[in-house]
Amino acid sequence: MADITASDRVRAVEPTAFAGVLTREITIFSRFWMSTTFGSIVEPTINLVAFGFGFGALVSTVQGIPYVQFIGTGIVALAVLFSSAFAGMYDTYVKRYYMKTYDGILATPVDVPELFLAEATWIALKAGVFGCVPLLVAMAFGLPPSWGMLAVPFIGFITGFGFALLGMWFSAIVPSMDSFTYVQSALLTPLLLLSGVYFPITSFPSWVQTLAQVNPLYHCVNLVRDAVFGWQWPQAIYDVAVIVAFAVIMGFLAISALRRRLID
Amino acid sequence: MTLPAETSTTTAALSLRGVVKQFDEVRAVDGLDLDVPAGICMGLLGPNGAGKSTTMRMLTGQAVPTAGTIEVLGHEIPRQSKQARARMGVVPQRENLDDDLTVRQNVTMWATLLRVPRRTRDDAVDRALGAAQLTDRSGSRASTLSGGMRRRLLIARALVHEPSLVLLDEPTVGLDPQVRGDIWALIDRLRASGVTVLMSTHYIEEAERLCDDVAVMAHGRVIARGAPATLVAQHAGVEALEVYGSPGRLEQVEGLVAPHGFPTRRTGPSVSVLRAEALPLSLVDAIGDAVRRPANLEDVFVLLTGERLED
Repeated sequence: MADITASDRVRAVEPTAFAGVLTREITIFSRFWMSTTFGSIVEPTINLVAFGFGFGALVSTVQGIPYVQFIGTGIVALAVLFSSAFAGMYDTYVKRYYMKTYDGILATPVDVPELFLAEATWIALKAGVFGCVPLLVAMAFGLPPSWGMLAVPFIGFITGFGFALLGMWFSAIVPSMDSFTYVQSALLTPLLLLSGVYFPITSFPSWVQTLAQVNPLYHCVNLVRDAVFGWQWPQAIYDVAVIVAFAVIMGFLAISALRRRLID
Repeated sequence: MTLPAETSTTTAALSLRGVVKQFDEVRAVDGLDLDVPAGICMGLLGPNGAGKSTTMRMLTGQAVPTAGTIEVLGHEIPRQSKQARARMGVVPQRENLDDDLTVRQNVTMWATLLRVPRRTRDDAVDRALGAAQLTDRSGSRASTLSGGMRRRLLIARALVHEPSLVLLDEPTVGLDPQVRGDIWALIDRLRASGVTVLMSTHYIEEAERLCDDVAVMAHGRVIARGAPATLVAQHAGVEALEVYGSPGRLEQVEGLVAPHGFPTRRTGPSVSVLRAEALPLSLVDAIGDAVRRPANLEDVFVLLTGERLED
């Protein structure tokens, strides 16, 4: 019999195991959809209404777009970020550390990558749906519907997938849940301000604008505005590529960190 | 849907050879050898820290051994651990039920994770709930169940795919004696149905009542192995003489029997003289007031390790 090493473990992602974990999430969501959905819808709506009207009174248009429409499309990224990164951090931490849910699941024929890719997929699906809410609200305030908007759930999904995995990675490396406030203030808030949600990043000095090029949220905002106001090629492909690369990197970081936490 | 079948290379349900698990500073398992034949109820008996839980986690691939080989149901662990887990039911020591879901939803979710085919899933859930006598609570939220029922639900969840091997980590820890009896009856039915059971416990009575075979563990190794009655007869004899009294009185008893080679052990306010069936009458007279009781596994454990089991 060969020597046992950790690297011998099965790495493939089986659809059956993946679907099992997803089914579990859907069962639980069917019970908690009210509370989960409430925050994810109300938060961006308040943001949109407050900024749209508060700022909108001072700034009538940005880059030729009425401000309420500019912010309405930007807030999509905020909705996606909040629903995915926070779920990735808090839910994953609670299920791993307090509820021991993952210990239970890993004793069934489900391996670490299957478990967490399914968890991230579920969070991303929700982020894709919640991301459409600000758009619907903006439409109520006069944003004209367009075919490109049908791409918004997909944009929300890929962005949410990466940020869910980012949250999961932090859930595995923080010493306790208190540390999430640092992640929020030192990482997520700057990312948000540097994404063009509230104002174009062209207002920043050029070095900050360069920094924004590696901010997946900036590319999410770009894509959503493109989807609504018209695609700009090849910028859109570059935007997707950055978001996908971010998700892949976060996937590796999250899965290896969670494996270290869960497999002795 | 199904995992590839592997032909079993041994008749043992599981076997461990020279297994070592080293954590940073601690060697939790230290050269463990253990074979468990199919169809028996095997007990891992030992105090906290003996390496029982780590051993259990290695069997499911949730801990990777530092050295040694493990085979479970013919699958090499951890390489083929997923195939093994598909045929194993695991009852953890720490509860991890989904409190806000119903009893039935809890088991159904596990049926999905354990790959019970969709068309037989409802029947499988019914059968598992029936086995754990939870049928009439199937619509209740898990959070409304009593401690004993929660433990039965954990077991039902682990039985839903009709596993060949069931691992129970301290199945009755923290339960009332009466409730403990219910769990014992459930484990006994499981064993009678031909399922291989491996349970860890630090309750002597549990091991004596349920286990066909017991492995006494200390410091990450098996230090004795056999049927409970055989182990007792081999290591502790037939009877013990138990003397209650002041510390001075206990010391006096120890002093009396020590020169004749009779082992003794302290239990709070008493001292037990082991192998008391062989005590000469003169010595029994000299000891005075005492109670005779049958030797038990705890005596074996203390004799072998110098440690006590229950805190």
